Amino acid sequence: MKYSIGAAAFLVAAVGAALSGAVNEYFFYAAYVVLTFVVLATAWNILGGYAGYVNFGTGAFFGLGSYSAVVLFKALSAPLAVQIVAAAAVGAALGFGVGIMTLRLRGIFFAIATVAILFIMETLMVNWRYVGGATGLQLLRPDVMAPFSSYTRMLFVVMALLAVVAVSVARYVQVSWIGRGLRAIRDSEEAAEASGVPTLRLKVFACTISGALMGAAGAPMPMYLSFIEPASTFSLNWGVSALAMPMIGGTAHWIGPVLGALLLGSIQQIVTVTISNEINVLVVGVLLVLFVVLAPDGIYGLCRKWLRSSK
Amino acid sequence: MAALLQVENVSKHFGGFTALAGVSLDIAQGERFGLIGPNGSGKTTLINCISGALRNEAGKIVFQGKEIGGLPAYRRTRLGIARSFQIPRPFHSMSVLENLLVPLQYVAHGKEEEVFAILKKIGLADKAQALSSQLSQVELRKLELARAMAARPRLLISDEAMAGLSGAEVDEVLKILFDLNAEGITIIMIEHIMHAVMRFSQRVVCLDAGRIICEGTPASIVQNADVQRAYLGA
Repeated sequence: MKYSIGAAAFLVAAVGAALSGAVNEYFFYAAYVVLTFVVLATAWNILGGYAGYVNFGTGAFFGLGSYSAVVLFKALSAPLAVQIVAAAAVGAALGFGVGIMTLRLRGIFFAIATVAILFIMETLMVNWRYVGGATGLQLLRPDVMAPFSSYTRMLFVVMALLAVVAVSVARYVQVSWIGRGLRAIRDSEEAAEASGVPTLRLKVFACTISGALMGAAGAPMPMYLSFIEPASTFSLNWGVSALAMPMIGGTAHWIGPVLGALLLGSIQQIVTVTISNEINVLVVGVLLVLFVVLAPDGIYGLCRKWLRSSK
Repeated sequence: MAALLQVENVSKHFGGFTALAGVSLDIAQGERFGLIGPNGSGKTTLINCISGALRNEAGKIVFQGKEIGGLPAYRRTRLGIARSFQIPRPFHSMSVLENLLVPLQYVAHGKEEEVFAILKKIGLADKAQALSSQLSQVELRKLELARAMAARPRLLISDEAMAGLSGAEVDEVLKILFDLNAEGITIIMIEHIMHAVMRFSQRVVCLDAGRIICEGTPASIVQNADVQRAYLGA
């Protein structure tokens, strides 16, 4: 109940800000990216945090979502909502396929396999002429829908909605029987299986849901940039950020990736403007090392510890 | 008595090493069955094949008249085969209570009260809210048994549940296993603590190098020359 009120309040605030003339346009430009990271980090955490299967291939799901949207836009001039739904379906299909093929591998072997998928996807798109190959494709944005005054503002609201959807799904998974099964898998896969948990099925399910959300997050990106090209779309940086944010925020609870993405995403935006774009990756790396060493349970873990000791 | 579990000619190799070479066993409903043998004789491999953690290469495993050799472990748990692990594998991020809720939700579909009843029976009731990573060795062994019980098994496989425990603690765990058997649960006990196996079991099988070398009552097993040779190397 508290959660629904919070989520609704957040959406109302997002729409209100987008419609108000008082807020600077740049805010939406930056906030869109931060919200994208909220979706990616939350999606990553469903498999990586709850079940403990580290996925480095976030970029593959995200990028495939972007390219699905571009194909639909170019071929059918499909509206954004259709692009997002299709991108989620494609992301889910990739998650399912990857899950079936690779989730029998444990620990580090799964992580390596996900990196391979990233490179496979990039290579495929580089060689596909229809979507612009290696040079990419310039895209003309359609007219903005009323009541929004700019396309960026509209995309901001769309991404805010996606963030709420992603967090709600992650929260549901966490508190339901599925979440308990995934935690059991993370703690001991043999014991989980012996306790009646269908481990492979649950892992594939988590990978599918995670892939769907990542794909959906990628769909509006080409319209946001008015451009798409494979190198940055399938960048490993997506995967590193999507992994670092939950680790920094805390992987055990749905709020962890949200906190991590808001904190790290905002710092990245500020650093990009005030120092340079190149420092971004360094910021992620330094913060990740600091948290892994000093606070392995993330911000969420720190807060819980602090609350317990103050009782 | 009809056999609850039939193991027929089961074999398992790891590379060139023969862990099990055609093992056959029948275990009756309600039986207290002891499995002994020196280290590396194939005891844990055999129960891994029965519980589904490993797949047997040859032979058949039949539980309640159904061939289960091809089923994944979780399906076998759902059919009624539960096990404890030799080295305790608690879900360390969860409380004792939550550890038991996993099989309760995934297998038994029961209510939470059932878990409290199990914890009480096993003597962990006061630890229900404790984090499983903070338990002592004997408590971890009990948690292994309690978690197995939460799946409402018909067959419980206890893999060295008493290794490393003190005399009084061994008696405590033995009493728990006797009580469970009295409720009708068939129990396979793997153990190195001889006086415990001998007191507990109605029938004992001794494995050596993947073969059954002797089968009989506890008293006859102790007298058996092959068993003495396997253990003492004489």
